Amino acid sequence: MGSLGTADRGIKTPRQLGRGPSSFLPVEEILQEGAENAQRRIFIEAFVSTGRVDNITMVMGLHPKYLSSFWRTQYLLLCMDGPLPHHKRHYIAIMAAARHQCSYLVGLHMGEFLQAGGDPEWLQGLHCAPQKLRNLNEINKILAHRPWLITKEHIEALLKTGENSWSLAELIQALVLLTHYHSLASFVFGCGINPEIDHEGGHAFQPPSPRSCDSSPASEEGVSGSGGRDAMQEVEVLMERMKLLQECQLEEDEVTQEEMETRFELEKTESLLVAPSVDIVEHSLPHNVLCFVEDPGFGYKDFTRRGEQAPPTFRAQDYTWEDHGYSLINRLYPDVGQLLDEKFQVVYNLTYHTMAMHRGVDTSTLRRAIWNYVHCVFGIRYDDYDYGEVNQLLERSLKVYIKTVACYPEKTTRRMYTHFWRHFKHSEKVHVNLLLLEARMQAALLYALRAITRYMT
Amino acid sequence: MEKMARVTTALGGNTITGRTMFCHLDAPANAISVCRDAAQVVVAGRNIFKIYAIEEEQFVEKLNLRVGRKPSLNFSCADVVWHQMDENLLATAATNGVVVTWNLGKPSRNKQDQLFTEHKRTVNKVCFHPTEVYMLLSGSQDGYMKCFDLRKKDSVSTFSGQSESVRDVQFSIRDYFTFAATFENGNVQLWDIRRPDRYERMFTAHNGPVFCCDWHPEDRGWLATGGRDKMVKVWDMNTNRAKEIYCVQTIASVARVKWRPECKHHIATCSMMVDHNIYVWDVRRPFIPSAMFEEHKDVTTGIVWRHLHDPYFLLSGSKDSTLYQHIFKDASQPIDRANPEGLCYSLYGDLAFAAKESLISSDSNRKPYIGDRRHPIFFKRKLDPTEQFEYISSSSALSVFETDVESGSMDWFVRTAKQYVLAGRPLAELCDHNAAVAKELDRNQVAQTWTMLRIIYSSPGTVSSANLNHSMGKGSASLPLMNSFNMKDIQSGMGSESRLDRSKGESRPENILMDSSSTLINNDDNEETEGSDVPADYLLGDVEGDEDELYMMDHENPHAEEQEYILPQEAFPLRHEIVDNPSALDHLQEKADSPHVSGNEAETVSLTPVESFSLISISHSLYENRLPPDFFSPIVRDMLLFYAEQGDVQMAVSVLIVLGDRIRKEIDEQTQEHWYTSYIDLLQRFQLWNISNEVIKLSTCRAINCLNQASTTLHINCTNCKRPMSNKGWICDRCRQCASMCAVCHHVVKGLFVWCQGCSHGGHLQHIMKWLESSSHCPAGCGHLCEYT
Repeated sequence: MGSLGTADRGIKTPRQLGRGPSSFLPVEEILQEGAENAQRRIFIEAFVSTGRVDNITMVMGLHPKYLSSFWRTQYLLLCMDGPLPHHKRHYIAIMAAARHQCSYLVGLHMGEFLQAGGDPEWLQGLHCAPQKLRNLNEINKILAHRPWLITKEHIEALLKTGENSWSLAELIQALVLLTHYHSLASFVFGCGINPEIDHEGGHAFQPPSPRSCDSSPASEEGVSGSGGRDAMQEVEVLMERMKLLQECQLEEDEVTQEEMETRFELEKTESLLVAPSVDIVEHSLPHNVLCFVEDPGFGYKDFTRRGEQAPPTFRAQDYTWEDHGYSLINRLYPDVGQLLDEKFQVVYNLTYHTMAMHRGVDTSTLRRAIWNYVHCVFGIRYDDYDYGEVNQLLERSLKVYIKTVACYPEKTTRRMYTHFWRHFKHSEKVHVNLLLLEARMQAALLYALRAITRYMT
Repeated sequence: MEKMARVTTALGGNTITGRTMFCHLDAPANAISVCRDAAQVVVAGRNIFKIYAIEEEQFVEKLNLRVGRKPSLNFSCADVVWHQMDENLLATAATNGVVVTWNLGKPSRNKQDQLFTEHKRTVNKVCFHPTEVYMLLSGSQDGYMKCFDLRKKDSVSTFSGQSESVRDVQFSIRDYFTFAATFENGNVQLWDIRRPDRYERMFTAHNGPVFCCDWHPEDRGWLATGGRDKMVKVWDMNTNRAKEIYCVQTIASVARVKWRPECKHHIATCSMMVDHNIYVWDVRRPFIPSAMFEEHKDVTTGIVWRHLHDPYFLLSGSKDSTLYQHIFKDASQPIDRANPEGLCYSLYGDLAFAAKESLISSDSNRKPYIGDRRHPIFFKRKLDPTEQFEYISSSSALSVFETDVESGSMDWFVRTAKQYVLAGRPLAELCDHNAAVAKELDRNQVAQTWTMLRIIYSSPGTVSSANLNHSMGKGSASLPLMNSFNMKDIQSGMGSESRLDRSKGESRPENILMDSSSTLINNDDNEETEGSDVPADYLLGDVEGDEDELYMMDHENPHAEEQEYILPQEAFPLRHEIVDNPSALDHLQEKADSPHVSGNEAETVSLTPVESFSLISISHSLYENRLPPDFFSPIVRDMLLFYAEQGDVQMAVSVLIVLGDRIRKEIDEQTQEHWYTSYIDLLQRFQLWNISNEVIKLSTCRAINCLNQASTTLHINCTNCKRPMSNKGWICDRCRQCASMCAVCHHVVKGLFVWCQGCSHGGHLQHIMKWLESSSHCPAGCGHLCEYT
């Protein structure tokens, strides 16, 4: 009624561009009537505490169990007591998201930043922020793109006493925030999250032309086309391989250790090749994102480059989240350790025992392959994992997608999203994204925490 | 025992000697284990696998088991164990999931014996059976435990924990068939080796992963566990349910626990992260380690007692690439540095405080407890037998602070809290009101303070002389006052030598003296006291016969005090015109050790005019013409500090609120916050919820302000099914009925809902208000007489 009235009076009303929370997933998938109780409750909770149910929350709502854990962590990080003042937390989120040119998160937190009583001046760009926050830039850059480069010297530089020094507790919170938002940026791009209606790019005064209208993700040309049968077969092949792996694991122990070593190296070097072949047209970045980025040229560089001395591989067993990471974080920023631990566990163990059209499937090997592949891309190696499995289970298009979303999410395209696992459900693809998000976050956190541990000893 | 660090222990022919020593390893160690004869130790890690001989003065490398050009991952050890029956036999757990056994008796350079590649994930722990030569147990990240017979190629049996990764497995030392396994999810399971199908017993031991466990070497049923939750727990497994008998809280997650041989209650621990020390705890005294080894510079990863029956030698390996032998003699004993203290309230509010005698400054003024309860306060002090602290051979002192029964009543506090007005009126009125309140409760000093504040801060011309007069000449009312100041006395008794503690020779609390000064102020009405404090003093001193016993805290300078307060006043002709303050202040400061308070007083005194009303006018002209507005700030600040220190935090906070910005910036945030929290705490103890909330609201500290923002949720149950309503306030998920209906309009209430606490009917706030204006019965017709206030 209201909108009609204003229209009558000749006032333009903005309309939402794009349908639904995600441009990759059809709306119908996400907003199901009579959604589960748990899901609704989280939505209500989210609405009550932040005044909106943002698109990220809507998409994550496909996995309510995870969402509740995610939501609690994010709430603790942003809204509960902590060493950092609230507006600074949002500013750090902006800095982190800007590294991946994620205008969605930047916009969202600019609003929150102002609401928390932040100085609008800071939003002009990083150069207007206090020196203390600017000091965080270096570590932000490294964590976003090449976390393995972080050393105890970086930590030392931030903590050394002086006017703009950080306290250890503050730094931990900042690090968790940074990694959280880097990986959340991955999720935003990986799922093609649409801008909120009240954000720039989220609305238009002119109704979108009919053509752009049906570019809404519902049309799934990829699957319905000729690829349909192939895709079906792909699923079958994958099922078969998983089964084989689970059964034969005991028998194929003739593989020598050298072989295992080379398999990991192979996977690492191969991940070089799965970089997105065509450099997608560089987005002309809006200034309001770029202004938070210094040294924009710094990006993901492959872990192993031929002819260069690679940094030593991070051995997962020497610094695990469960033993070392948790203990450290829980000491310095108590509740977060617990919640992160829960979140990692939830996402690692999340399964519905389904795969595409199959039910009652044990997907643990597949999930582990994805998790370890993400860690492998960031140079973390598990002694007890045979990286040959990754090759068998993850098809090339999936690898391309994972690598892109994890390392340079801003380059993700809709094509990549539709091209992998063409017969899988959207919720399963979101599941992959969740695994990606958390694996990436854990990897970066492990590097950061290891640096702190080294600093402390 | 010997004084030297070198320790020799004879163990049935075997003699162990040595000193604290260490050697550098080439790489960080993950685990260590000793040979049965305590002469050799094996160190294993990702890049190291060596055997060292423990000689008297040093470690000597005996053997490097890491052979081959490109050592495989099988050498990357997470754990190592040396067989306690066969000294040629070792087993390691590799990070890639392989269990390897080693036979030192092999002639070749490569001692590798068997390779079990059954685990899919990292193997965290291997353990030999204590008496069976060929039995080896392993626990892995994949959630399985496997038992191997070393004569066979494959595992004999597999145990599935059905939960998460296995972190530790340990054969029971006494029960041939039993072993314990600990898990990442906090569980501990007990298994019978003959029954691989299911565990005998399971219980949750820790919150988060249980990293380690150790069976007690003597006591059959005791199992110690250590977890990520920073706890070491000792379980008695003899009963049906595992019972936690001891619990030690450490400062970091516990990586290893090892019972100390021959000491039933001692256990050694080291931590996973952050903390590099090794502690030996007496589990009966869980708050302080009985010994501590501080040599390592990075986390300790393996600890082992050198010999099964020797409690003095501990070996440890660390991430800092060193291997240490620690001698118990060289351990640091934190107990030496600790100050044992105890503090406890009795049923009657008496406070007992025990401490090492050397800590309690010898104050000769304290007198022994006489045992008379009539006095408001007693300070008892006597030597306590030292058996209270069985480990320390120093004497301790026990002090008991008693409070008189009636003085324990905090009536004045409650009444003051209720009657004070802190906001909503002009400053002058607030001060007047509060002064009147204090006056009424015979708290003359407080009343006087309010009046002075009003003079200092409010605009001229509104003070009635009555406000000043009501503080006059009531020095004799001092007895109840003393009671009201017990707080302060307790404090000073506890050794916080506040400067306000100049309780006088005749041991009057200070407020009485203040009173005498107020007497002087008003002596224009009360001529007979003028110019002479003797009558007043006498009056005041005549409080109780045996004051000496009453106040034993400070007998040092009673008369000096008196001078400080009374003589100076006397030194001025009381009727003189406004004198120069400087001289008055100087005069005071010569003697006063606390210039501010007395300065404050001097202000008043020197201002003392012929008539009370003239005081005001003069003080105003003073204030307006000559003094900057913040002239009094330091004085007021000191006054607040004085009250707070005295224990009357109520006054400090009230003034703080009333004065608001005028004084706020003078006092640092933290102190303010501290006052606020103390006051709020007190108010809540007296269940003065409304007042405490008002104080929270009025406070200007951010930290305080947000206090009443917390836990504002009200949980309600559905009126139909009586189940809690989780989602929304107005509709029940279960019975799908609108739960909260307005009793007046019979519609759903979605906004403000008001209930009667008696009959729990209610409805829209507006409706109920309206209804109850006209009727006193419940609108629902239940007959209850509802009340709306």
